[in-house]
Amino acid sequence: MEFIADINIMPMKEILDPQGKAVKLGLHNLGIDQVADVRIGKHITLRLEAADAAEAEGKVKTACEKLLANLIMEEFTFEVRPA
Amino acid sequence: MKFGVVVFPGSNCDDDAVYALQHNLGQEVVKLWHKDHDLQGCDLIVLPGGFSYGDYLRSGAISRFSPIMNEVIQHAKRGGYVLGICNGFQILCEAELTPGVLLRNNGQKFICRNVHLKAETNNSLLTSGLDLDRAFKIPIAHAEGRYFTDADSLKRLNDNDQVLFRYCDENGTITDAANPNGSLDNIAGICNEGRNVFGMMPHPERAADCALGNTDGKLILEQVLNVLV
Amino acid sequence: MSSTEVLDGNALPTVETARKLGVLPEEFDRIKEILGRDPNFTELSIFSVMWSEHCSYKNSIVWLKTLPRDSERMLAKAGEENAGLVDIGDGLACSFKIESHNHPSALEPYQGAATGVGGINRDIFTMGARPIAQLNSLRFGNPNLPKTKWLVKGVVKGIGDYGNAFGIPTVGGELFFDESYNTNPLVNAFSAGIVEAGKVAKATSYGVGNPVFIVGSATGKDGIHGATFASEDITDKSNEKLPAVQVGDPFMEKLLLEATLEVIATGHVIGIQDMGAAGIICSTSEMSAKGEHGMIIDLDKVPTRQQNMHGWEILLSESQERMLVVVDKGQEDVIKGIFDKWDLHCVQIGEVIAAGANDTGRLYFYQHGQLIADVPAHDLVLGGGAPQYHREYREPAYYQEFKKFSIDSVQDVAGNEVSAVAKHLLSHPNICSRRWVAEQYDSMVGTATRTTNEPSDAAVVRIRDAARPDYEKSLAMTVDCNSRYVNADPFIGAQIAVSEAARNLTCAGAEPLAVTNNLNFGNPYVPEVYWQFVQAVKGMGKACEKFGTPVTGGNVSFYNQSSDDGPVFPTPTIGMIGLVEKPELQTPLAFQAEGDLIYLVGTPKNDIASSEYLYSYRGVKQSPAPAFDLDEEYSLQQAVRQLITSGVIASVHDLSDGGLFVALAESAMFRKLGFDITTDEGFRKDAYLFGEAQSRVLVSVKANKQQQFEQLLGGLNTAFRQLGTVTSEGFVVDGQTLIGTAAAKDLYDNSLANILEGTPEVVR
Repeated sequence: MEFIADINIMPMKEILDPQGKAVKLGLHNLGIDQVADVRIGKHITLRLEAADAAEAEGKVKTACEKLLANLIMEEFTFEVRPA
Repeated sequence: MKFGVVVFPGSNCDDDAVYALQHNLGQEVVKLWHKDHDLQGCDLIVLPGGFSYGDYLRSGAISRFSPIMNEVIQHAKRGGYVLGICNGFQILCEAELTPGVLLRNNGQKFICRNVHLKAETNNSLLTSGLDLDRAFKIPIAHAEGRYFTDADSLKRLNDNDQVLFRYCDENGTITDAANPNGSLDNIAGICNEGRNVFGMMPHPERAADCALGNTDGKLILEQVLNVLV
Repeated sequence: MSSTEVLDGNALPTVETARKLGVLPEEFDRIKEILGRDPNFTELSIFSVMWSEHCSYKNSIVWLKTLPRDSERMLAKAGEENAGLVDIGDGLACSFKIESHNHPSALEPYQGAATGVGGINRDIFTMGARPIAQLNSLRFGNPNLPKTKWLVKGVVKGIGDYGNAFGIPTVGGELFFDESYNTNPLVNAFSAGIVEAGKVAKATSYGVGNPVFIVGSATGKDGIHGATFASEDITDKSNEKLPAVQVGDPFMEKLLLEATLEVIATGHVIGIQDMGAAGIICSTSEMSAKGEHGMIIDLDKVPTRQQNMHGWEILLSESQERMLVVVDKGQEDVIKGIFDKWDLHCVQIGEVIAAGANDTGRLYFYQHGQLIADVPAHDLVLGGGAPQYHREYREPAYYQEFKKFSIDSVQDVAGNEVSAVAKHLLSHPNICSRRWVAEQYDSMVGTATRTTNEPSDAAVVRIRDAARPDYEKSLAMTVDCNSRYVNADPFIGAQIAVSEAARNLTCAGAEPLAVTNNLNFGNPYVPEVYWQFVQAVKGMGKACEKFGTPVTGGNVSFYNQSSDDGPVFPTPTIGMIGLVEKPELQTPLAFQAEGDLIYLVGTPKNDIASSEYLYSYRGVKQSPAPAFDLDEEYSLQQAVRQLITSGVIASVHDLSDGGLFVALAESAMFRKLGFDITTDEGFRKDAYLFGEAQSRVLVSVKANKQQQFEQLLGGLNTAFRQLGTVTSEGFVVDGQTLIGTAAAKDLYDNSLANILEGTPEVVR
């Protein structure tokens, strides 16, 4: 059956996120200075075929580890649901 | 004629624009700091190239809200002249002073090289005296320069004669192969409906000094003097 | 507080902990002797990074000291400041340096290369110099391997994204592929800047009570022990050392550049240093040792990205885009005001204190109100207490084997094979156009690059001074090293690297001034590797002496070695700068017009040793370095300089990789011209066309200057021969058309993209 995976990839907490930092500065310049922290990552949606949810999750995890995320700098979370 | 070059955090062609206007065109130029609220009586405001706010989030998205941009927008609405080059063009689009958007190059890579441009019209200050049959050799240097807008807006641009420059080959022929970044209809530069705000991805200020072996950009920049002075 | 009260909350480390931190047992004993007690973990960590190869040069410094370091133009010698400083006249000086980021780039090519670019530029602008141009020297493994493609793409994008946003043009460089770099790529970044000679900022600290500021980015846990990491062989387990990766922020660097130059211009800066390897501990100790003062630092004041960082983590963190600044007391608000303007952190973290009776300055680090480290600055640093070792070295067996090569074992080219070799070379990844790389770098920002529209053998960048728009001087710069030659014979190969750099500058119309070197080698504890290092340093010293180009500094990178592939080719990259006094001296490499006469200047030889032709077309991997004589090279360059100053030549291009044929092709292709030449029957055809014997250049001359040209060279006692003429189309040798100009250009321009991306790029 077909599944949809929603994947979030974020820079690791220990690692500098220059983009988030610059956006925070921009928000402060806009007067939205209550913003304490900004971190920016990627959201990826993909559809895939798998026998069951467990297999789909396994495949998505492999995809994240092998290609979608750079585990030296990024961490990922995902949810898999039937299409 | 007095020029003002805006300095955003991360601008890096501000000095180049100042140098070209001051030394190659012999004009009065001041730098305008992004946190300022005063255009110091400048007639033409240049938004220079660079990576303002690191080009993080989207190119031009954060700079568009700099304090000085309120003044630039007011200046433009009063009919004052504004020229955005490269990152400056991206900022103009984010500020909706020019229509459309600049997307990531279709090759997905930053490209820096000489390309050729053809002026499409003499009906704008920036292109007023340019030879419409000549190919101008001007450098580009961008990762996000693919001009895009919806079909209606594109039709309006064409109908209103708002396309100022298109990418062409060295003979002046507009071809797909001469399009360096996948821009819609080879668009390299446009103006707004009021014809007082100009945006272009190529860098005329980088081709304005005979010491560098190319002065095609000077031919473009000095057009603004023909009308105003 | 007495030193026995130094606290860390940990048990005192053992010799085993020391070993894990890379500190040898005898070094551990020496640390105890220096402190007069056992170090705590924080202090041991401090010594481990400061005494690592990266910071102390402990395995190389005894040989580096043998290099020539002085000339009448030197304002700061090697090791005195963050980078070398050369007088270029008119009250201006050039600060320039090259530095490696090999190990970080092997793990994470994008960030590794990006932070390398950031680091080298900070070295330049901490001296008060505004960078004006960058180069890079890159070496990778077999380009057909997926891993190599990933590394090349990541490194090039990393250099581009950082350098392009930072806004300093990348105007040239080197790219070389060989299987010896399969596991260990080399990423060397070069930057040069201009500063008014009297306004140079120093990396020092003095004046009791003067405040110490940290400016720029907040400190995070990135890159901790990176310096130590850089001093170990790469094994598969290296991938687990995640915190060794640092993320660069070119936007922050650009702000830091502008703010730093503004702060230095106030005249209130006592000393300033970039935080590169080994972070806060490195800059506090080096500046204090130099100024012979101490410091008290409160680590609680350091802005951090994470909570609950250990003291040693804050001290050793290699977070990027940070500086340590010591300023005149009373001027704090001026300094803070400038950094505020640029939206940068600027926080006082301590102050300068006097040296003690028995030392030249100690560093006291406090955290949570407790003293967590108390160390003498002098004993931490190179030139102070850091160890210096003489390593054992031994001539490797292969060296004599390579010398046994005889040209007679290889058949000469004949018939259609000449054309086949020509096409092989034009499309070879070591020779073909670097356009795929170069166009990803902004090479024109700063409107100073004079070699965009008319290339020369070296990049030429004018010194653009808004106050003096008519200023005529330009800086020429190049990075060179054919590591295949160095591997074949390190002593000769290193001389050739220096000579090629000087030749490129000379051909561009410059007078060579000074050198920065990046010495990339394998494990120095392997005697055969260390022999390569010693021989290369000797050769480099000899050639630098001859050309009057002192070595102003640079970087040593050992441990470019893996268990699978062994050491990389020994790669002593030479970065050299030269001065072009007037614009009209800058000489093109390209033929200018059909009908111009083509000459070979220099003495041809029956030599194909270590050529790309022999190595990759004939598949002969073992041969000595190409024919080379330092005196002959020097005379050739003197002759070229005379030809340029007397204005008799239209173009000049040196012969290097691919020999005469590639030089002809490159000279012809820029204007889509051709050539028609004849070879000399006194030589083998392969040697004449494709051999890489040194000390030769290709020159084109207008017909009306022919007589003057020949008279001048005849008087200089330099060999020359007319080869033929520039034509409108086709590469013709001895009446045989090897390839048409357009086809040659297509091969040359697109081969690299085809290899790396598999599909041809859109042809303009």
